[in-house]
Amino acid sequence: MPASTDTPLLEVRGLSKTFAQRRSLSHIVMSQAPHPLQAVRNVTLTLAPGETLGLVGESGCGKSTLGRCIAGFHEPTEGTVFLRGEKVSGDGYDRQRLSRELQMIFQDPYSSLNPRLTVAQALEEPIRVHGLRRGRGEIADRVDELMSTVGLPPGLKSQLPHAFSGGQRQRISIARALALEPDVIIADEPVSALDVSIQAQILNLFEDLRSRLGLTYLFIAHDLNVVRHISQRIAVMYLGEIVEIADADQLFEDPQHPYTRALLSALPQPDPTRRTEAVSLEGEPPDPSSPPSGCAFNVRCPLAHDACRAQAQELRWRGDHGARCIEAFKRD
Amino acid sequence: MAPLLSVRDLVTVFESKTRPVQAVDSVSFEIREGEVFGLVGESGCGKSATCRSILRLFAGAPARITGGTIEFAGRDLTCLSEAEMTRVRGREIAMVFQDPMTSLNPTMRVGDQIAEGLIRHESIGRRAARLEAIELLKQVGVPSAEQRLDSWPHEFSGGMRQRVLIAIALACRPKLLIADEPTTALDVTIQDQILKLILRLREQYGMSVLLVTHDLGVVAQTCDRVATMYAGRIVETAETPSLFARPLHPYTIALLNSLPGGKKRSEPLQPIGGAPPNLADPPPGCRFHPRCSIAVEACRSTAPALLPVDAPHRVACLRRGAEPS
Repeated sequence: MPASTDTPLLEVRGLSKTFAQRRSLSHIVMSQAPHPLQAVRNVTLTLAPGETLGLVGESGCGKSTLGRCIAGFHEPTEGTVFLRGEKVSGDGYDRQRLSRELQMIFQDPYSSLNPRLTVAQALEEPIRVHGLRRGRGEIADRVDELMSTVGLPPGLKSQLPHAFSGGQRQRISIARALALEPDVIIADEPVSALDVSIQAQILNLFEDLRSRLGLTYLFIAHDLNVVRHISQRIAVMYLGEIVEIADADQLFEDPQHPYTRALLSALPQPDPTRRTEAVSLEGEPPDPSSPPSGCAFNVRCPLAHDACRAQAQELRWRGDHGARCIEAFKRD
Repeated sequence: MAPLLSVRDLVTVFESKTRPVQAVDSVSFEIREGEVFGLVGESGCGKSATCRSILRLFAGAPARITGGTIEFAGRDLTCLSEAEMTRVRGREIAMVFQDPMTSLNPTMRVGDQIAEGLIRHESIGRRAARLEAIELLKQVGVPSAEQRLDSWPHEFSGGMRQRVLIAIALACRPKLLIADEPTTALDVTIQDQILKLILRLREQYGMSVLLVTHDLGVVAQTCDRVATMYAGRIVETAETPSLFARPLHPYTIALLNSLPGGKKRSEPLQPIGGAPPNLADPPPGCRFHPRCSIAVEACRSTAPALLPVDAPHRVACLRRGAEPS
């Protein structure tokens, strides 16, 4: 990993997460132990203060599990998460302090809000639990302020979530995450459930909050266009590993990993003059409980040769651009 | 040549406790033979209701067609009895739904689900249907088709299930395939595989496709012609290159502008303000006027007709030709 000039706000070092799988009938009959599912494999990354790192990949690639490990919802099997150099995973860290500084926003604005709490109650709860404001008046003022911050009229604060549209609910979720004045926000597919016109409103809100409040985002999404718009840097995941990480524009203009190239060419561009005839990538991702030997992508890779099947690849670097491919940075 | 499907002034109403919701409001379009026609719009704009009206498949919802005609291969489908419709469904017009995880019967082997339609509609024997099912699975790119025929739906991935659903839809060689958001639940590389599969099968079988999607990228990559829907009405229709080169309706323009990826990252996106109207109580006049940047007084009272601007390019806007401010 190349040295960075800024002290990272958040650092993930060698993080892996393995889930034990339940024994099925066939395991019992064959007297085999089920293979553990390796959701995240040896991920290392850093977030500089005020930056947005996009994390993309297809379903099941481990991007949400990685986000949840960083936020402390899952305990990493291996590796460590540091916030301002302090360990915030494993044993003996201050869970409450982590939630003050790092908050998560989820995909589904319909199921991530308690349907029986009014907006005001949902926003007051974290403020009270963490004792950030005292007294009814001060808390009410803070609730109004949070609602205005995310573009909701404070007059609606005594409504229940069902009275709001999907886009408004996502605003409420954002306000709730902001209630504790965190520095880092992990947003897991925060706009994928929304229509494009509403999606644009929420993306603009994310950008606006970043510049006003100096937030740092880990922005997880499957939509490359969304991620390119919001991120300074992008990491691409495949089968639990980061296969490429680079500056957003560089990743789009000069992708080095064949998987990144396939993702980009599969993206349907809203331009009928640029139609592609060939299928960009055949096959489907392998089962994460039995990843292929060698490079995890070799079974679908158009460039794969014997070395790729024999040996797992490390990230190769050129400046800040890393790619887990033996062929990376060879063509210049 | 007469179009394969011609929908004229279709009105579909969903009953509700409070007031009826007119989900499809005077919708007219045509699909020619061998053509991929796209219907694009946001959630709740009536695109799925339009498809379901064609097949009269409302999944138990209290909906009925209250006006218009649906002419298909020379017959008006709205005049057919339920028994006659049963013979049209699956055999002449087939449909693929959005969610491949719930559209298959989990208690039936995949091969039997493909053969079912063949046995019912084509009166062929079980063994012949089974052979045909193997052929169909090969056609849609399911590997080792002979073995997979006896698999259960839960043994298939999402992309493979969508291939099975397409195989079921193709079993009776329909003249029209209605695909309602067929790739929305799938990952982008799998979406690419499925869309290219649909295009290849269109060539091979010479069928027409009605493709419903919210994704303008999918439209640009697959459709020959397209209609934009907003709040139950078609607001613009054109050949695909023309719609993208010169969108005319302020809603189509706004949709294209709200897409991330096209512009420089530093520039904010241009979202459409507000939210789509409640169809139980739609605004008078042009339904887009409360969110439109170039609306004038007349837009509040007059519903614009879908009028040609440039031969096949038609738009429903009183201010057509006006520059957006």
